[in-house]
Amino acid sequence: MTALAGTVRHARYVIGENPVTGLAFALFVLIVFVALVGPYIVPIDPLASDTVEALKSPSLRHWFGTDQLGRDIFSRVVVATRLDFGIAVWSVVLVFVMGGLAGVAAGFFGGWIDRIVGRVADTIMAFPLFVLAMGIVAALGNTVTNIVIATAIVNFPLYARVARAEANVRREAGFVEAARLSGNGDVRILAFQILPNVFPILVVQMSLTMGYAILNAAGLSFIGLGVRPPDAEWGIMVAEGAAFMVSGEWWIAFFPGLALMVAVFCFNLLGDGLRDIVDPRRRT
Amino acid sequence: MTPLLDVAELSKRFPVAASGSTLKNLRRRFTRAADEQSQVHAVDDVSFTIAKGETVGLVGESGCGKSTLVRALTRLLDPTAGSIRFSTRDLSLVPARDFAKDRDRGRIQMVFQDAGESINPRFTAFDAIADPVRRLKHLSGLALVETVDKAARQCGLPTELLGRYPHQLSGGQRARVGIARAIAVEPELLVLDEPTAALDVSVQVVILKLLARLKTELGMSYLFVSHDLSVVRLLCDRVLVMYLGKIVEAGPARAVFDYPLHPYTRALVAAVPRLDGIGLAKLRLSGEPMSPIDPDPNVCRFYGRCPRGADICRTQMPPLRRAAEGREVACHFAAGGA
Repeated sequence: MTALAGTVRHARYVIGENPVTGLAFALFVLIVFVALVGPYIVPIDPLASDTVEALKSPSLRHWFGTDQLGRDIFSRVVVATRLDFGIAVWSVVLVFVMGGLAGVAAGFFGGWIDRIVGRVADTIMAFPLFVLAMGIVAALGNTVTNIVIATAIVNFPLYARVARAEANVRREAGFVEAARLSGNGDVRILAFQILPNVFPILVVQMSLTMGYAILNAAGLSFIGLGVRPPDAEWGIMVAEGAAFMVSGEWWIAFFPGLALMVAVFCFNLLGDGLRDIVDPRRRT
Repeated sequence: MTPLLDVAELSKRFPVAASGSTLKNLRRRFTRAADEQSQVHAVDDVSFTIAKGETVGLVGESGCGKSTLVRALTRLLDPTAGSIRFSTRDLSLVPARDFAKDRDRGRIQMVFQDAGESINPRFTAFDAIADPVRRLKHLSGLALVETVDKAARQCGLPTELLGRYPHQLSGGQRARVGIARAIAVEPELLVLDEPTAALDVSVQVVILKLLARLKTELGMSYLFVSHDLSVVRLLCDRVLVMYLGKIVEAGPARAVFDYPLHPYTRALVAAVPRLDGIGLAKLRLSGEPMSPIDPDPNVCRFYGRCPRGADICRTQMPPLRRAAEGREVACHFAAGGA
């Protein structure tokens, strides 16, 4: 109970110390909130088209304007948050578990586990990552689940390598030897000595790749993979709006693009803040 | 009386990754069998005993194999050859990997050189001390808390500090946590790997006094690894002097340091700075120690650095021989030796 209270107090301290981190946290909370309740609070049905209102610039009724079918862009941007955020979260969680465990095991045990994990990571890295993600989605089928899987696979080497390096330097650490003397076997040492110390580094990594995961998902939909058109998704909306940029209807692509940028920006800043919180050495 | 620990002919060799030119490696590959790869002889044919309640010092320069020897004894490493008899059981037969769960695990414990590095940064002092108690004595709940509190009190660690993380403790307090963790399971042999090396002098004295007190209170045997000869002389009953993986001299601490028989011990003792400037005739070693990779078994390890080096030293390795007063020395020219 004291540990939790300490963490909360420390989190408050870190945010107070660094306003940018505070901003990132505020944005994060906003994104999560919008992702959770977005569809219930939007003023206009994001799928309802109204041809009379098509291609209207931002106004009091349509804050972000309307697209070529007369759909309200504000509602669509808000509703799309859930989908984009969901893809990012699930892919990051997936790769966190897969890459983190594989990397830690590789770094700790070495030998053939290390060789297999290393070769798999090298093989993935050998491809241009976005093209690989395209290929995976195309091969597995054009669904949102497969976008999640593809994004996770593409990020695997990043996690596996960071986790491997961090576990490897701690393999011979004094506290690991002390744990052996205390009667801990390999599995317990991995779970209670190595993992908790590698965890904060992976959390930072998680926040950083989250931005990349959103971009990746949006990029895949932009070229027509994954999410299907009537659904609201930032990548598709940018793709649809891009055609109208030349004729002056900038808002169609601009607002979903802005949402995308804010989300990526938020996750990147969040990484730094999270590291300060989860690292006990920074605790005063 | 059988000694508590009886180490016999213990060796630890590490294979060296092939280095040097490719051509050399090729030749090596063709001229030698695969199992004849170059090896670092970290610990070479070491034998000694520790009696119950005895404090044995282990001295030697960096890289002489002290740490490897200690890790083999505490069963963190598997020795290449030899036996480690503890009470009546040969522990070298249990692979290091399985020894964590062995029933004798708690009987040999160790205090690490750098207490800060040997405590998990995510563990509080309580967690660190409680871990071995939980794992080795299978205590939990109130009994666990009591045992940890007792160990902390014995080490002079205020119980209020038990909730702190290592980075919130001072160097001396961390050292106390490291010691408390080791004694909490009531070991019979405590290996101290330069326990005060990372501390400043005033704290060193306090910790050394604590160790001396704990030893009489708990009736443990100590293997005390140190660079500090004056501390070893003060604290230890017997001392082992190690050079390049071999024990070159052994005997009662006072006698060894007052009348060193081996030229290396003599040089070590002469190297201790003294305020009065009076010491043994200045004996400065020149040159580098020989390579521990595949050393010639017929050449004295100290040859080349030894001020006496004679022809016999190059053709015959001096064995560790008995000298007077329960002392042993490995030198052809040692007074009292053959």
